[in-house]
Amino acid sequence: MTNSESNGAASTALPIHIQGLTKRYGKLHALDAVDLDIRSGEFLTLLGPSGSGKTTLLMAIAGFNRPDAGSIRFGDEEVILKPPHKRDVGMVFQSYALFPHMSVAGNIAFPLKLRGVSEKECAERVNEALETVQLSGLGERGIDQLSGGQRQRVALARAFVFRPRILLMDEPLSALDKKLRERMQIELKHLHRQLGVTTVYVTHDQREALTMSDRIAVINHGRLAQVDTPEAIYNHPANAFVADFIGESTMVPLSRDASGSLSFAGQRITDKAYEDTAEGWSLVVRPERLFLADTAGVDPEKTAVFDVTVRESVFQGETAFVLVDIGDDTELALRFGTGSAEATGGLKPGDRARVGLLREDAIVIPRERQP
Amino acid sequence: MNRPDAAEGGNRDRNAGMLRAQERREEWGLLSLAAPALLVIVLVILIPVGWLFYLSFIGGDGQFSLEHYRKMVEYKSYARTFATTFEVSILTTGICILLGYPLAYFLALLPPRWAGIFMLAVLLPFWTSLLVRTYAWLVLLQRKGMLNEFAIHIGLWDSPVKLVHNMTGTLIGMAHIMLPFLVLPLYSAMKKIDRDMMHAAANLGASPATAFRQVYLPLSLSGMVAGSLIVFILCLGFYVTPAVLGGGRVIMVSTQITAILENQFDWGAASALGVVLLVATLLVLYIAARFFKFDAALFGKG
Repeated sequence: MTNSESNGAASTALPIHIQGLTKRYGKLHALDAVDLDIRSGEFLTLLGPSGSGKTTLLMAIAGFNRPDAGSIRFGDEEVILKPPHKRDVGMVFQSYALFPHMSVAGNIAFPLKLRGVSEKECAERVNEALETVQLSGLGERGIDQLSGGQRQRVALARAFVFRPRILLMDEPLSALDKKLRERMQIELKHLHRQLGVTTVYVTHDQREALTMSDRIAVINHGRLAQVDTPEAIYNHPANAFVADFIGESTMVPLSRDASGSLSFAGQRITDKAYEDTAEGWSLVVRPERLFLADTAGVDPEKTAVFDVTVRESVFQGETAFVLVDIGDDTELALRFGTGSAEATGGLKPGDRARVGLLREDAIVIPRERQP
Repeated sequence: MNRPDAAEGGNRDRNAGMLRAQERREEWGLLSLAAPALLVIVLVILIPVGWLFYLSFIGGDGQFSLEHYRKMVEYKSYARTFATTFEVSILTTGICILLGYPLAYFLALLPPRWAGIFMLAVLLPFWTSLLVRTYAWLVLLQRKGMLNEFAIHIGLWDSPVKLVHNMTGTLIGMAHIMLPFLVLPLYSAMKKIDRDMMHAAANLGASPATAFRQVYLPLSLSGMVAGSLIVFILCLGFYVTPAVLGGGRVIMVSTQITAILENQFDWGAASALGVVLLVATLLVLYIAARFFKFDAALFGKG
């Protein structure tokens, strides 16, 4: 019974098609003609800094703000003019927005009662939802008797108990401490797989986005900067904003060497051909992709090697962080796992070292004109 | 194991006595700040009320007697006075809720800057003298007052309608004067309702009317109860407005007390009325406190 019902919920998941969605606040473009297709049943994260428009986009999907123009379709149905209470999407709010004058069970039953679900079925589904979020037996508790993590779970249960076709989450984990947040990330991912519902998740935390998403839509200044899988976003950022926002990176300008290849500090850094453009190209250096060339067997055919001076070396628990100077006051950051002591080579400020980068790991992006 | 407290076991009570004494001094210092206010309360409230209480039990012969209270039970006019007092108070509170709730809701929805300006409109009359406002109503409402003249002029009614020196006038005046006492706690309760609450209700499928009834109203109830209670209790002992706008036809306990003192100079009877009113007020507070949890609006608890 329970199983067939959850499967039923999965089959009603809907894709979301957003076209030309525009929302202005005065002169500010909170959303600037956004086009985004969210696939049926996928976990898509809207990732961006504060003020990027990610929450505005989520609120537009929920129906809490009125866009200036554009189209939002759930499956084939245009919903842009539908009031929020008729959209049938579940939402978890950043503040949880639990009703303090109702018990836990009262909160979860709220959407069911509005849909005319019978008393008996209501109780069953509330218990089922409480079980799913591991809060069995807490139905009679008041909201003020719950911990932050428990409130989060109640908000979640309330959002999916009425089997919405779409689930929206607005930074639902931001109020939790780090450990609980990391556990909830895994639980949410698990729950998403169990429910199979199309999920749109808003966060400004890139690690959270990488952990949980099927795809990430990076958003900045009301525009989508890149929409792709976490691996693709991390390994092949489309532009400087994405490269900078996701993960640690150092960006340096590239020039042409004698053979016409793109190079940095006299070292060829890629075998691929890049056309000449007016702006030119930049190299994105991920700290963990650099290694000490002294300690590893280096194949000069595949590796660019730089002579550097160590500026700073910091032990940070599971990793160590080393800042090196490559000359001309250009600094690069390296990150090593501290699993093996020799990896860091016991570097001290002022030491000379050789740093390698595999050419196949080089991330080359179009350089952006400085504003 | 390195245990600092074990290492310094002998010094565990070091300075303890002096630290305690310092704390004690600070507590007394704080208490002394409240001393003037406490003294005033004792002088102007506890002693006079105690004196009233005592007087109410002294008969005409100067001996202890219950004759003032007995009269209150025997004479119908007293019962009528109390009935009128409660009637006026309940009606005024009701009118204030009807007018004040939408007003507070409107204020709570406004952006802070505009809310400040509109709040000023609520508070401005609040800062004007009570007597001035009451006589202003008399000017507006009397037979040849502005309201009657205007209504006749535009043809709403033909001959002057009696708007003052009766219950109508009293209620108009009192509702006007009491409105801020309801709006302020209600507004503060509404401001505390997270905007996401209404979003969440809508998101879960509640129409605006349902969301209001099932979420907003219950959450603003504490402020409404607090405000209503303040208005109701202030109404119970109100004097100026019913005396001026009631024109002798609306006899409330306060006007009755004045009448007894002016006509009969009977301190005992007047005191007894005062005591009964005080007890009735405390009773109302007690009952309300049992039924509702008060929040910050009334008692400053978070």
